[in-house]
Amino acid sequence: MSDAALAIADLNAVSDRDGEAILRGVSLTVERGETRGLVGESGAGKSTIGKAILGILPRAVRVTSGEVLFEGQDLLKAPAALRRRLIGERIALIPQDPMTALNPGRRIEGQLTDGLRLWRDLSAGAAREAALKLLDEVQIRDPERVLRSFPHELSGGMRQRVLIAAAFALEPKLIVADEPTTALDVTVQKQILRLIRAMQSAHGTSVLFVTHDLGVVAQICDRVTLLFGGRVVEEGRTADLLQAPRHPYTRALLEACPRYDQPCAGLRPIPEQIIATLRAEIAA
Amino acid sequence: MAEATAGAAPVLLSRRPSHTLRACLREPKVVAGGCFILFLLVLALGASWIAPKDPLEQDILLGATPPFWLPGAEPGHWLGTDDLGRDALSRVIYGSRVALTVAFVAASLAAALGATLGLVAGWYRGAIDATISRLVEIWMAFPPVLLSILLVAVVGAGVGSVIAAIAIIDWTRFCRVVRAETINQASADYVTAARAMGFSQGRILLREIFPNVLPVLIALVSLEMGIAVIVEAILSFVGLSVSSDTPTWGGMIAQGRQLLHQGWWILAAPLAMLFLTVLAFNLLGEGLRRALDPVMRR
Repeated sequence: MSDAALAIADLNAVSDRDGEAILRGVSLTVERGETRGLVGESGAGKSTIGKAILGILPRAVRVTSGEVLFEGQDLLKAPAALRRRLIGERIALIPQDPMTALNPGRRIEGQLTDGLRLWRDLSAGAAREAALKLLDEVQIRDPERVLRSFPHELSGGMRQRVLIAAAFALEPKLIVADEPTTALDVTVQKQILRLIRAMQSAHGTSVLFVTHDLGVVAQICDRVTLLFGGRVVEEGRTADLLQAPRHPYTRALLEACPRYDQPCAGLRPIPEQIIATLRAEIAA
Repeated sequence: MAEATAGAAPVLLSRRPSHTLRACLREPKVVAGGCFILFLLVLALGASWIAPKDPLEQDILLGATPPFWLPGAEPGHWLGTDDLGRDALSRVIYGSRVALTVAFVAASLAAALGATLGLVAGWYRGAIDATISRLVEIWMAFPPVLLSILLVAVVGAGVGSVIAAIAIIDWTRFCRVVRAETINQASADYVTAARAMGFSQGRILLREIFPNVLPVLIALVSLEMGIAVIVEAILSFVGLSVSSDTPTWGGMIAQGRQLLHQGWWILAAPLAMLFLTVLAFNLLGEGLRRALDPVMRR
């Protein structure tokens, strides 16, 4: 527990718009060097957790109680300057959509070196050297050309590589990956997952991997937390959770996944009864 | 899907400057409008060399002579003379000075004021946005021409007050558009990423968002210049612009209206110039909008 890179305890959040709870007492830890999957359907609150860590919640969402412990500090209560530094320098984000996550009006070089120049005070030349090295590390050919490019001149996979390079630029302790492969096609997805995995073990970074895709979880996560309705349904080691799910919702969710080894089986929706039971539990 | 989103990059800054220029020059509207504005600029700057006569020189004996292709035309006065015998062509050329000064200065001021408030409203939202947006709505409820006449009447006539009046009235156009575009850009992931990185709000607004709002703003400025030319002409027409010894198109139209029974051409020349100038600014603005907006290009 003391070794955790990030410890979230009893986090509650509500929507200011309708007063509805978005997170209901979520607790989870990300151990040092591990990849923790955060899974759930739309509206389960998985992205909200990622955003709460990074302090980029939308205006309409408010955290009401709980703590987010990172490097001995509660990020929710830390003074603004310290928080800005901790999050900006020690936590990085790999965003969901590589199409909009890069500023269309700026060259890659500037965007890749933003963090280095802001937090490391590197000169333009030194930052450029570092950027070239990073691009090389994420297996981008011709990094010189990519640095000069604007985002729209690169493919989706290339942009996601650039974003991964940017995330690792400051050697962060924790990376929040917010569905980083959802917007990519399947072949590119596979490469990107491998790349994140490789980078993560090379740098010893902890990753909180937000996704709705159990297939992705199986490939990349050491442990998984499954959310429903802003609440943790089940958590455990990935293999255990996928092979021997304890909660009926988890079981139903796994059965709902299309399987390539049974292509004609059809899709099985999650039984209404399980959803109803969960809702009743949450309401209680 | 990837291709469609990739195309949504604003062309203005995401390309090298030469590419942007080429994209603009491919747009016939930009070329047509731009050429006429350029021509007008040369006229305005070189008026003292280009104009054949002194625009204020009177010759009562040559009052209201027609242009050169009509019988009774006076040699040397190509577009005829007004009732005081002043050369119409020279007056039209000199009139472009006031028109262009007002167009450029007033449109820039209105854009600066409106864009600043629009950026602030779109970025900070909340109470600031509500205040600015209500202000815009109230502002737009006033009839603009009446408001400008009122303003100039209170402050006093002159180019300065005309420019001030236009800027004070028309900033709302810029404010609304820039606010909408800022909100649009602020919701993009790259802004979220910049916030998580720890950049200050001011830096994100000026260095991340503003450059992406710029293409819309530029096209709007050109359209606003056309509007400014018309407003200046209206104020000249009612005698609230510059003093009567400076030739203006609006002033010439007012004068020509009274002399319509003596000769229609006194009114026609400045009217044609006004028409062409506004048309040119509108073409330029519309063309720039098309050239700088990738969605329109497809």
